[in-house]
Amino acid sequence: MAYSDKVIDHYNNPRNVGQLDKSSTEVGTGLVGAPECGDVMRLQIRVNPETQVIEEAKFKTFGCGSAIASSSLATEWIKGRTVDDALAIKNTDIVKELSLPPVKIHCSVLAEDAIRAAIGDWKKKNSVAETADAAAVAH
Amino acid sequence: MRMETKMSTVTSHVEAPAGVSLPIYMDNHATSPLDPRVLEAMMPYFTTKFGNAASRNHSFGWEAEQAVETAREQIAKLIGATAKEIIFTSGATESNNLALKGIAEMYRERGNHIITQVTEHKAILDTCKRLEKNGYRVTYLPVKADGLIDLEDLERAMDDKTILVSIMAANNEIGVLQPIREIGKLCHQKGVIFHTDAVQAVGKVAVNVIADNIDVLSLSGHKIYGPKGVGALYVRRRNPRVQIAAQIDGGGHERGMRSGTLNVPGIVGLGKACEIAFEEMDNEAAYLRGLRDRLKNKLESELDYVHVNGSMEHRLPGNLNMSFVYVEGESLLMGINDVAVSSGSACTSATLEPSYVLKALGLGDDVAHSSIRFGLGRFNTQAEVDYVAAKVIDIVKHLRQLSPLYEMVLEGIDLTKIQWAAH
Repeated sequence: MAYSDKVIDHYNNPRNVGQLDKSSTEVGTGLVGAPECGDVMRLQIRVNPETQVIEEAKFKTFGCGSAIASSSLATEWIKGRTVDDALAIKNTDIVKELSLPPVKIHCSVLAEDAIRAAIGDWKKKNSVAETADAAAVAH
Repeated sequence: MRMETKMSTVTSHVEAPAGVSLPIYMDNHATSPLDPRVLEAMMPYFTTKFGNAASRNHSFGWEAEQAVETAREQIAKLIGATAKEIIFTSGATESNNLALKGIAEMYRERGNHIITQVTEHKAILDTCKRLEKNGYRVTYLPVKADGLIDLEDLERAMDDKTILVSIMAANNEIGVLQPIREIGKLCHQKGVIFHTDAVQAVGKVAVNVIADNIDVLSLSGHKIYGPKGVGALYVRRRNPRVQIAAQIDGGGHERGMRSGTLNVPGIVGLGKACEIAFEEMDNEAAYLRGLRDRLKNKLESELDYVHVNGSMEHRLPGNLNMSFVYVEGESLLMGINDVAVSSGSACTSATLEPSYVLKALGLGDDVAHSSIRFGLGRFNTQAEVDYVAAKVIDIVKHLRQLSPLYEMVLEGIDLTKIQWAAH
């Protein structure tokens, strides 16, 4: 299977790889997927408590090239957005940007889930009312 | 406090040394390149010697027939059979279909029970499923953690309705060698026909239909440096004489077992490939075992959390199937894209199910997703092995920096205790 140039670029030069301090109240962590399914994404955000802007995002992904690219792109997109803006990102936006083929759509779904899970975690820590959507994917 | 992984790029900086041309082919279980000596033998049968081997009235036909009979001898010699016991087919899938369906049909009055095992190729498993739909009973034996069947399981599965046992000689994914001699012996004691899909074994390890008690055997040209689209079925004529009901009707070629004009150039190529294998197999096996062990040793000494899938003791010399745990197989393939190997991860398939062969060994799906099959062959070199090892080590290390699982394991977290959200 041929990968798009953008997938190859994110695979070769993944953005924002790393880890943030899980215990910080400013940090939200989303861990989605399962090893037996062949993808696990961990996406973390550090949110400015005053502005609710995501100032930092980090990820690590176990998965195929498309999964790595989807999560790398997700961190790029959410950085600088408010948490509410970040929740507006849809998996279909990721599919479009990376030209993912149908068999790889689940990678983009997982990346969207990871964003929602990270924001859900941050909201829980900071007693912000969760949206129904975010609650559904946090586990 | 913030922890960060410094990483510039996943792209490998390992360069191919002089004398190694890219891409490197190391997927010889899928198919093998044609040996130039085989091509040379085949060429005249595409051009001047184009006769139909069934034409009995002129020299073009006689010439083609003579070439086919020579090939039959060459194949028979490699597996310890006689020429009359070799039936030409279009390849191993057809050979397996003909063997199973042809025997099932011919021996229907004697019984309706067939025994096979779970890590067979789909050409066997899907044929068995078809036979089940047609009223046959099929037992699928499990395999042990090393990939081999338990002979006691086989004996227990046999009953007075058992007509056929079909167990592969060597597995296409993990290269393990089943105890075919003992299986054949047991079958002969019980009066049951023994078929083996020997596509991966013939020409790589010694297979002798007499010593190994084999009644029916499938083989293929393109796995042994011969052409695609040609294979053969060995059908024993004495002690016991095995009969097979034809599945393709027509001109009555191949002693009525397989009609259709013979693929003369392909057959000549298959014969030549068998002749070369007969002469060179022992040296080649030692050479490939050396390369394979070199690759394995390099990978094991440089990387943690790697393990070999399937028995090392009972294994094809050119096969290495290894799991690089906490790295997903397809992402690894993407990083080593100038090396042709296969992954047990089925991330590209709609089901997301990893290899059924690896799962049958009892491996978790996560470990199965992390596996790579290296298939070394006649034309691989030590310099290629060294390059591939360096490249795999480099990419695995980089991908593990990206892997949340690897990080968690290094931090002492037990991954099995985590409540993963299946998706």
